Amino acid sequence: MARFFLKHLFFLCLTLAVVSLLVFLLTEFTPGDVARKYLGAYATQEQVDLLSKQMGLDRPVLVRYGEFVGKILSGDLGTSTRYRVPVQDILFDRLANTGLLALVAFAFIVPLSMLFGILAGMREGSFLDRSILLVSAVLASVPEFAMGVFLATIFVVTLNWLPGTATLQSGGHWPIALQLVLPVSVIVLFDMGYVVSMVRASMVETMRRPYIRTAVLKGMHFRQVVMGHALRNAMINPVTVILLQINYLVSGVVVVESVFAYPGFGRMMLEASLYKDIALIEAGALVSVFVAVATQIVGDLAYMLLDPRIRS
Amino acid sequence: MTEQVQLSGVAETGPAPVLPGSGAGAITRAVRSLAILGHSPTTLVGLGIVVFWAAMALLAPLIAPYPPNALDPAAVAHPTPSALHWFGTDQLGRDILSRILWGARRVLTVAPIAVLSAALAGTFLGLCAGYYRGFIDLVISRIADIMLSFPVIILYMIVLALFGSSVLNIVLVVAITKAPIIARIVRGLTLELREREYVAAAKMRGESALYIMLVEILPNARGPLIVDMCLRMGYTTITIGVLGFLGIGLPPPDPDWGGMVKDTYGMMSVWPHMSLIPCAAISSLVIGFNLLAIGLREASLRE
Repeated sequence: MARFFLKHLFFLCLTLAVVSLLVFLLTEFTPGDVARKYLGAYATQEQVDLLSKQMGLDRPVLVRYGEFVGKILSGDLGTSTRYRVPVQDILFDRLANTGLLALVAFAFIVPLSMLFGILAGMREGSFLDRSILLVSAVLASVPEFAMGVFLATIFVVTLNWLPGTATLQSGGHWPIALQLVLPVSVIVLFDMGYVVSMVRASMVETMRRPYIRTAVLKGMHFRQVVMGHALRNAMINPVTVILLQINYLVSGVVVVESVFAYPGFGRMMLEASLYKDIALIEAGALVSVFVAVATQIVGDLAYMLLDPRIRS
Repeated sequence: MTEQVQLSGVAETGPAPVLPGSGAGAITRAVRSLAILGHSPTTLVGLGIVVFWAAMALLAPLIAPYPPNALDPAAVAHPTPSALHWFGTDQLGRDILSRILWGARRVLTVAPIAVLSAALAGTFLGLCAGYYRGFIDLVISRIADIMLSFPVIILYMIVLALFGSSVLNIVLVVAITKAPIIARIVRGLTLELREREYVAAAKMRGESALYIMLVEILPNARGPLIVDMCLRMGYTTITIGVLGFLGIGLPPPDPDWGGMVKDTYGMMSVWPHMSLIPCAAISSLVIGFNLLAIGLREASLRE
């Protein structure tokens, strides 16, 4: 167990180091000057040079990368040139908002996709199976922005039941709970299509195993076969898949956040990229890679705990 | 970023061995696979949708009623569908039908190029990793791990926002991020196929490693690869649409379905048709690819 953690911790640190260097180099070798971007097109060259000097941008790349790593380790993430505040002030705020969205969506995705996946996979090829498979394939095919447009047309434009934006401002006449309905629905529908098909595939595979046939042939109730014999074994693979969705929920929701003007992490990253806000991009990339690698480790751990064959 | 798992089951199905070089056999096989496809309504619907859009893309210059960027000032006041503009116009008076057709041409040019590049690179890396194993496998698999742990959309945003958006950049980003996933699938298939007798026979004959990889192993891995490419076409279409919607996709003013939604989304409450039509177009194309992939997978399992 200790070996497992040490190995993964090492891999986590290695990945973070590689990614931080990559992102740093990437932002370094792109056309256009950071100071120019910051001051706008009408600033004189002198002003740009002066700011470059003030921000320390005229020194060698490696020196600045070393400084950058040192600062991160001491907890200083730099200053956002786009929002003109320390990065940590905006980063954690946005992460908390995205976390709220992710948490609510996750709370729906897990039970719903397990329910439909099991229902479909327990009788392969049945009408229910075909229907669920088809619907989930169609749902996973509709891009998030298109799903947003479709749902907004129905519930915002036509019925006027829900707000079209989720800015998390409680001042207007839409309570925050109602603001969350559409973004959460889009995420749940889009992601569920994929997770359902994964749960189904695992369930189908389990139901083909000899011990299931034995249980059926010895006259056991089908319900009991599914609940008692198949379920636990069929859930080993999907647990990893489901945990990996956390990754998508944190980093991948940029589209949903853009559609509904939700002040989250993904939209912050988009704006940071568009404005070449290097400190913010670097911090954000590190956070999303950290989340990605951490969920992978948790996934491996869950796999180990669920599957006794690997534990030993 | 999670789609690689979708095909995790394929390695176990084990494609049937193919006799190389029998021309008549190939034709019989093609006829038989067509017959199998014909039995499945899912495949037929998927194929129908994809062929429809491919035809629209090919014929766009002939059948589009207007040039894609032509402005019709008279239509701006009443952009809703009319006899002159069947699907209406956008806020600048550009004909939506024409833009949809030209947009199909654009996405169906960029997506296949990107997917093919990713497939070529990924197949080559996967064959090497699976056939040679050892150090090469270790390096390729480690790189794939890092690529897979990096949130793809974040990478897209950084690269495209910093280097600007062009067809080449989109193709490169898709190829670089997808190649490791494909490599991993091919590696799994190769690991299994390299133990087959016909590979051993080829080795005994003294064939080169390249010959064995390309002629003995690759054709037998084709089933899952074709299904994967079909799925990946759908994903790439979504990606291109999403990038367009975020404003970092194919450069304007030429029509791009995602970009059309981005430009008109703010006017949803007044003129929903401007956003709804491109959304319907992109959704239907991706549904087509995914249904086709489901059908092909079922057909390859039944074979």
